[in-house]
Amino acid sequence: MPEGSILSDDFIRELINVGEVDIVVGVPTHNDARTVGQVVQAVRAGLLKYFPRERTAIVNADGGSRDHTQDLIRAASISDLNVASNVHALRTLHSISTQYPGGQSSGAALHTILAAADLLQAKACAVVSPDSTSLDPEWVERLLRPLLRDGKDLILPVYRRHKFDGLLIRNLVYPMTRAVYGCPVREPYPADYAFSASLGSQLLAQDIWTQEQGRTGTELWMALTAIVNRCKLAQAFLGTKARKEDAPADLVKAMRETAGTIFLSLDSYYSAWSSPREPLEAPCIGCQPTVSLEPTRLNRKRLYDMFKFGVSELEPVFFSILSTATHEELKRLAGMSEDDFSYSADLWARTVYEFAGAYHKAVIGRDHVVQALVPLFRGRAFTFLTENRDTSAEQVENNLDALCQSFEREKPHLLEQWAERK
Amino acid sequence: MWKNFIGEMARTMDEMLTNFARFLPRFLEMLALVVIGWLIAFVLRALLRSILKLTRFDKLSEHTGAAPLLRGAALPSPTEILSRFVFWVAWLGFILVGINTLGIAGLEENITDFFGFLPRLFAALFILFFGLLAASFFSRAVLIRGVNAELPSPRLISWAVRTMIILFVASMAFEELRIGSHTVIVAFALTFGALMLGLALAFGLGGRDLARRYLERRFAREQGAEQESREREDELSPL
Repeated sequence: MPEGSILSDDFIRELINVGEVDIVVGVPTHNDARTVGQVVQAVRAGLLKYFPRERTAIVNADGGSRDHTQDLIRAASISDLNVASNVHALRTLHSISTQYPGGQSSGAALHTILAAADLLQAKACAVVSPDSTSLDPEWVERLLRPLLRDGKDLILPVYRRHKFDGLLIRNLVYPMTRAVYGCPVREPYPADYAFSASLGSQLLAQDIWTQEQGRTGTELWMALTAIVNRCKLAQAFLGTKARKEDAPADLVKAMRETAGTIFLSLDSYYSAWSSPREPLEAPCIGCQPTVSLEPTRLNRKRLYDMFKFGVSELEPVFFSILSTATHEELKRLAGMSEDDFSYSADLWARTVYEFAGAYHKAVIGRDHVVQALVPLFRGRAFTFLTENRDTSAEQVENNLDALCQSFEREKPHLLEQWAERK
Repeated sequence: MWKNFIGEMARTMDEMLTNFARFLPRFLEMLALVVIGWLIAFVLRALLRSILKLTRFDKLSEHTGAAPLLRGAALPSPTEILSRFVFWVAWLGFILVGINTLGIAGLEENITDFFGFLPRLFAALFILFFGLLAASFFSRAVLIRGVNAELPSPRLISWAVRTMIILFVASMAFEELRIGSHTVIVAFALTFGALMLGLALAFGLGGRDLARRYLERRFAREQGAEQESREREDELSPL
């Protein structure tokens, strides 16, 4: 059994005591004592309010917290709940916790939750981020209801975010998922999402858990797997996503989790994206405008400087990765003044596709290919910030749409990268 | 007297003929070995060339930096060089075995030495190839990490790493070949020591502030949290 390796004997005993359930809500944690209490309370309130008749369990997969995160989850019992006065539990709500082996890893946490949900024979499973402090009980309903009522397989979130938040998602993950796999999901790398038992089983059966995509970027891999397998997808509008104050801005790590995972998926799912297919619909439930425009202070100059520095210093690396035309174009860009600088959407799409090709052909170490994209992304981020500095939410959406169209237009260039090998 | 002369001549001729008759089969044996050796070496070269092409050895050599080096010196591709090298080593081996069959005194010891040297030669080449591969990999890793971490002069650091590894690998290869091994080791130790001393001085005197900031960030994270958050107010949230 695939779950045998990740679940400890004690945890299996706990799961057996819980018995069969209808809904599992997974909470992956690692030193999240500051926020996890609030999140779990909101989840339980949501379960009691919207799913009072379903058998439910909250499953915490912890990566070795030292701040009593697990105690907080275990200690929160049903009687502690202080929610709307007319809400009462009709069934027991279990809240159990385990530490998965091998240290903190989002993939291992998801693997644990999947294995637990499989063992509990849950019909639907939601996963919520422990730092989603803006999570309210309605999120639970919006994520789980389409699975149970409409037979959907995967519910991805749509947040209202600042126009400059999630730049890597906006400039790479979303356009590439839309252009290459033909599915316009706004958050293909979700923090809060839900999936059906059948999709969970599919993923659990995949031989990925000892590989890169089973350790990091697993949520993105799951979304791409669902798209490739033509599962029934939907998006649920969850409102504003609170920005974590001390969120690590490690761009290299983020690039590995996103670009690394997508590049890897292109190898595994070549037949799915190389031939023309009907676009896969992912209707958005309760969608509202997704871009907010509060003023924010960002250092654009630094992005510009880092792009220039990267292009000049990494020249021998780009020589192995990029075509001569693209490389020359980037060098020309690096010579431009800050005012004239513009990393166009078409050039960015071509750059990303050539990096995907280099990753596929392993012209240098694959991790090096992904890391080398970071300085170029900074250049693109600079242009994105400049283009959208004084624009309305609608204009931001239009620019984003234009970027996606560039990725779609340049898709033959991606296919060429694969054809070159043959 | 005349009779004696004729007798001596006849005996000499007889001895010559006997020696020639004894030498001829050995010579033919040598020729056969040379021809068979050439054939075997030819087959080996063709076989190795196919295997290397199949395993994209040239591509791998490109990563090690060996291929650009050869291109710069107007030499053939690494696949071609290695195939030719194996051809010549194999054929030379057969030629030497052939010469050995002639039974020429003094040559036997040299031939034994040559065959004793071959495994060391292959080991040295093996060390050199994988050493170059490691040098290329680590120098590139340092370069990319350096650029992404905004370190000053990442290319210089990357070059230093590459040079150090190549020096280390070369000293190992020479040690294996037993060519001036002491000199090479001493030279390596001197270079390495000088570089480390230079770095220690540079970082010790020039990078005190940098080291202090790093240590503070590393070990006094909580105290520095406030300052860190101030530093990060311009950071982007990528995800």
